[in-house]
Amino acid sequence: MAKEKTNYQKYEQKLEPKRPVLKNCIKAFIIGGLICVFGQLISTIYMYFFDFTEQTVGNPTVATLIFITMLLTGFGVYDKIAQFAGAGTAVPVTGFGNAVISAAIEHRTEGFVQGVGGNMFKLAGSVILFGVFSAFIIALIKTIFSYWS
Amino acid sequence: MLQGKATWTFKNPPVIVSTGTVGGPFEEQGNIADDFDLFFSDQWMEEKSFEQAHSHLIEEASTIALKKANVSKDKVNFFLHGDLINQITPTNFAARELKIPYLGLFSACATSMEGLAISSLFVSEGNADYALTGAASHNSAAERQFRYPTEYGSQKPDTSQWTVTGAGMALVAKDGEGPRVTSATIGKVIDEGMTDPFNMGGAMAPAAFDTITQHFNDRNVDETYYDLIITGDLAKYGRLICLDLFSKNQRPIDESKFKDCGLMVYKDDQSVFAGASGPACSAIVTYGHLLKKLMKNEYQRILVVATGALLSPLTVQQKQSIPCIAHAVSIENLS
Repeated sequence: MAKEKTNYQKYEQKLEPKRPVLKNCIKAFIIGGLICVFGQLISTIYMYFFDFTEQTVGNPTVATLIFITMLLTGFGVYDKIAQFAGAGTAVPVTGFGNAVISAAIEHRTEGFVQGVGGNMFKLAGSVILFGVFSAFIIALIKTIFSYWS
Repeated sequence: MLQGKATWTFKNPPVIVSTGTVGGPFEEQGNIADDFDLFFSDQWMEEKSFEQAHSHLIEEASTIALKKANVSKDKVNFFLHGDLINQITPTNFAARELKIPYLGLFSACATSMEGLAISSLFVSEGNADYALTGAASHNSAAERQFRYPTEYGSQKPDTSQWTVTGAGMALVAKDGEGPRVTSATIGKVIDEGMTDPFNMGGAMAPAAFDTITQHFNDRNVDETYYDLIITGDLAKYGRLICLDLFSKNQRPIDESKFKDCGLMVYKDDQSVFAGASGPACSAIVTYGHLLKKLMKNEYQRILVVATGALLSPLTVQQKQSIPCIAHAVSIENLS
């Protein structure tokens, strides 16, 4: 396909509503921020009441957030919050949880192995792949720099 | 009989003797709930998967249409139907239960009028006594195929649309009581290079414009001939673009008689973004809502222009543009 915009595309663009980018960014900032504050609250409670340190509290906090996401996704609430929050619910770990859980729910009609197992990471798979890959590159850069300095 | 380039005018205009329209729970809260024959209380329709539920909708709508006309299945010569799901399996599976000789159709959301046009041709030319035709869609089945899992949290833009859960069926016969199908214009595929699958109204508007213009030219009529010209699922923005295309081409259409099925199914407070879509959208509005209005003589002549976006998730990912089509059928009260 030609990359250049056709006359119709230019004409259509003038008539279609503009996406409210600034408004979406503000909403994402507030909701995403609130999720982070909530995560911090969980961390603080875990450190205060249980035997966790600042280094070890990360995993149970993430697990708790994902558990809550699972409930919200299963009861059909998460997608409604996401329509309002956009990137605010997609970027934190809750977004990752929702991508995995929604795919798992969706494909249970095709069985547990090929359905749930085969499709669970359909959306989140690329996050894992590029997450691990970028971590590897960063680690490589860090190693090289610490070797030279 | 062929009139002009792409229009059939029917010498013996077939009659729509009965219809069957079914919907889901969200449609029950909608704007034209009174015009449905049956609602299901959940998206599963007592089936194990959304796809099976989809088939169930089609079977139920067929049964209702046949029952209303008091015509048994074995009297129906052909079943012409389609939907959105891969290889139109919900329709195929429903046809397995119906056991009526079957032609599967696909024009995406324009399937309803493709079916009515072909059925009317069959009946008018004496190639069938009865033809059962319609189109169906299921919101959750379509969402999971075309977009994301239903519970996945993605933010949709204002131009996106809501796929109707439902099925609309019409029984077309040689004679009987009811509005008649007088002509049909078969559209050609129009692709203006639009690529956004969340803005199908904008992509389909030129196809609707092309087919309506072709219809006017072929039949040698203009907009004043019809009481209502109604498009399938251009929704809020697509409808405005289509109206603008007519004004730009020195053929303005009166805004009050140019409506869209996608804007009639749901109430304003139901969050469906730009409006409804899906093959069932034009089918339930035409066979449920509009036929009733014709029978009450609120309209005498209407032109239904079902619009379809012929894309697949694969073509979207491969950065192909969206080819679109529109088929127009005129339904009139003849005395």
